[in-house]
Amino acid sequence: MTTTVGVVVFPGTNCEMDAVFAVERMGGEGRLLWHADDDLGGVDAVIVPGGFAHGDYLRPGAIARFSSMMGAVAGFAADGGPVLGICNGFQVLTEAGLLPGALQKNSGLRFLCQPTVLRVETSESILTGRASMGAELSVPINHFEGNYTCDDETLARLRAEDRIVLRYVDNPNGSVDDIAGVCNEGRNVVGLMPHPERACDELLGSADGAVLIGSLLDAA
Amino acid sequence: MPVVSQPLHRALGLTDDEAVRIDEILGRPANGLELAMYSIMWSEHCSYKSSRIHLGRLPTEAPWVLVGPGENAGVVDVGDGIAAAIRIESHNHPSAIEPYQGAATGVGGILRDIFTMGARPIALMDPLRFGPLDDPRSRWIAEGVISGVSGYGNAVGVPTIGGEVVFDRTYKGNPLVNVLCLGVLPTERLVLGQASGVGNLAVLLGSSTGRDGIGGVSVLASAGFSADDDGDKRPSVQVGDPYEEKRLIEACLQLLDEGLVIGIQDLGGAGLTCATSETASRGGVGMDVDVSAVPRREPGMEAHEVMTSESQERMLAIVEPGGLDRVLAICERWEVTAAVMGRVTDSGSLRILDGFDGEVLADVPASSLHDEAPLYDRPMAEPEAPSGPSGEDLQAPADVGADLLDLLVDPAWVYRQYDHQLFLNTVVGPGDDAAVLKLRHPTTGVETGRGLAMTTDGNHRWCSVDPRGGTARVVAESLMNLACVGARPLAVVNCLNFGNPEHPEVMWQLSEAVDGLAEACVAFGVPVVGGNVSLYNESAGTDIDPTPVIGLLGMVDDLVRRPPGATLVDGHRLVLLGPSDVSLDGSLWGATWDARGGVLAPLDLELHQRVVDLVRELVVSGRVDGVHDVSAGGLGVAVAEMVSRSGVGAHLARIDDHRALFGEGPSRVVVVVDPECVSEVLAAAEAAQVPTTRIGLATGDRLIVKGLLDVSVDDVAAAHTDRLPEALGAGTTNR
Repeated sequence: MTTTVGVVVFPGTNCEMDAVFAVERMGGEGRLLWHADDDLGGVDAVIVPGGFAHGDYLRPGAIARFSSMMGAVAGFAADGGPVLGICNGFQVLTEAGLLPGALQKNSGLRFLCQPTVLRVETSESILTGRASMGAELSVPINHFEGNYTCDDETLARLRAEDRIVLRYVDNPNGSVDDIAGVCNEGRNVVGLMPHPERACDELLGSADGAVLIGSLLDAA
Repeated sequence: MPVVSQPLHRALGLTDDEAVRIDEILGRPANGLELAMYSIMWSEHCSYKSSRIHLGRLPTEAPWVLVGPGENAGVVDVGDGIAAAIRIESHNHPSAIEPYQGAATGVGGILRDIFTMGARPIALMDPLRFGPLDDPRSRWIAEGVISGVSGYGNAVGVPTIGGEVVFDRTYKGNPLVNVLCLGVLPTERLVLGQASGVGNLAVLLGSSTGRDGIGGVSVLASAGFSADDDGDKRPSVQVGDPYEEKRLIEACLQLLDEGLVIGIQDLGGAGLTCATSETASRGGVGMDVDVSAVPRREPGMEAHEVMTSESQERMLAIVEPGGLDRVLAICERWEVTAAVMGRVTDSGSLRILDGFDGEVLADVPASSLHDEAPLYDRPMAEPEAPSGPSGEDLQAPADVGADLLDLLVDPAWVYRQYDHQLFLNTVVGPGDDAAVLKLRHPTTGVETGRGLAMTTDGNHRWCSVDPRGGTARVVAESLMNLACVGARPLAVVNCLNFGNPEHPEVMWQLSEAVDGLAEACVAFGVPVVGGNVSLYNESAGTDIDPTPVIGLLGMVDDLVRRPPGATLVDGHRLVLLGPSDVSLDGSLWGATWDARGGVLAPLDLELHQRVVDLVRELVVSGRVDGVHDVSAGGLGVAVAEMVSRSGVGAHLARIDDHRALFGEGPSRVVVVVDPECVSEVLAAAEAAQVPTTRIGLATGDRLIVKGLLDVSVDDVAAAHTDRLPEALGAGTTNR
């Protein structure tokens, strides 16, 4: 049976169809989930995609976390369902308390849209099950607030529990410990700032993100 | 209501003759509100009254053109039931006053022009021109404009796939901020900005109406800047909200998808006055507008303020009464305010009412606002030849290598701040000769296997030397840029940025440029489907150099591989395709030494077409591993850019002097060829009757031109990539 991935749409979200295209390219089926609804419709996994949910007003993700759909997503995650937050979706998941830490402005105080090289730090997550430890993947970033930060205690736990999923090889935004993506304790919720859905097609410059989207489908 | 008086119409920017003409149309003296409406609709910005008699000389027809100039955007058929909508506009004057908001609202406005046609915007391009980098105010403007494009374009969710960044003293005090948008739509969904059906409703969608931008087009875009402080013009600059625009786009596209809209029109320059009069005039109907029903941002606004406000993120939709409930429901879903504020009538009149049954505040023929503005055939005179040396008169440089490094500017610092990948279409993004997007069906997302290519080009130095020949060369360069990514041309849009039309020299430049554009488009068989004219680009009494900017849309018929781009491959040969005729007159190198005037290298239109066809064929067939158009800065800059991007050096010969290195001429391209394919490529060129010169080898860690210069690859790359971060990186606008 085809794996179905729900993609959450807030007003201001703009990467929802890109997420659907990438899921379908990897053999899954994408289904849009409206923020004001509260029914996941039986999907096997959830992507909270990139964009500017609610215009990033107040701060990225601060309003989106209160939506009824995010309540449903939190319940799905608590039951072990795979949830992936990409870029603005990562920001939403940290605001919602589903992932630790926060994303602050890039250290250079500029929006950055550019390729980055990511190193896979664990294959024990819903995003990296198909990937090899230490593999380097070319995946682009596209953000102003992608500078991951957390307190020392949280960082120590993330390291000790092997929850740093991806690191930048050449840190573009000042993220603590070069962190590009992290997972929760249950390893079923992952957030990352880079856009794997933009790296699933050699014609667009890289297909290295396919292993990540494929891993999500495996986990569903 | 103000009483009509000579000072009022003059204060609104109308001439005495225009005021008389208005009274003749009405058969009575116009009241204050009516004068305000005429003053903005008959402004230079809205009516093109100085340029229109010239624009008729442009070729606008081709079998694939669905909508030509005059509508909100040009539309061409791109096959598979898909149409592409394209438009270019300027936001020069607002950006000079308030760079961030000026640029941001420029992006917002061009997007609305595209989804007004029923198209989803899929790409933006931003040709930007600023004063010199050593001028602090020009740096402030540049930094603010780039932040505005980034801040608005990224958040509204449309990728910025290319453009230009030019720094030159001619733009000191008057930057050029042009913005182009490309959209796609199912051909059958094409809608036009017109009202029809007596009794249908006009619904205002989006943002509330405030006092921002009142008189923007007449005050800002239709007058030059003085040397004095222009701080008093700041209230005329609008403020943008990309989140409002994003929801407006989604709501409007859903209204169109569900067939709920008879006609739709954006509110841009001249606000409600323009949107209501244009939709009524195009539909041959009238409209009653209840000004009291317009949602307002602040209390106490007068009718003339509501009717002329340029508040952003607003659309006017014409809907049938039976569909209104569904329209309102869709708007509620997207959190877009919707207010019924007009009715279509059969009177031909635009009536402004205080309540549908209330007092009549204005009553004018809708068509008289839209297309009865006076047309001016302004006096023209060829300017005197500039004094001082031309580029050809200059002495050879003491250090050719240093001069070359000084000419390099990598725009990457700019486009890294723009999302250029959204929608998963971007095969070639900013920084190459042209951008390439996958062409997908706009509603299903199904890939067609074909691609759309886009380039924007301008060259004020060539157009200053020879506006007619320079403009033709800009079109020629656009064609070559498309060929470098394997595309053939489909349609031109143009943004004509010129000085004060009341100066006869400026009108001569404009007329010559239109002729040059027409000649080139006819020769290359490319229709002009839209354009924008921006006049009064002057500062402290000095007009800018004539700057027509060309946007060219093309098609990649079989998108199977990424074009090689402007790069070098170690061990491969460099071959120059095209003629060796060049000139230092009008060159980038000459301009750095303040040279002006002279004669451009000849443009042979037939030879140019042959080179374009050859280059496209070589790229499409994968027979070259690097390709770069030779343009500003000549062969030297072209090869240096390839060195910087690849990190591979080059050893060149047969470039005898600084003239051969920095001289500029049309129809020239550098290709990088595997040694085993060189004879094949040369044979193809010979068969196409295209001259070739084998200029050297890509190798090592130095750029060496025998007898002229020897610099390290690292120095080339540093000069190229560090220029903008060093000048602008510290920043002044923290957004």
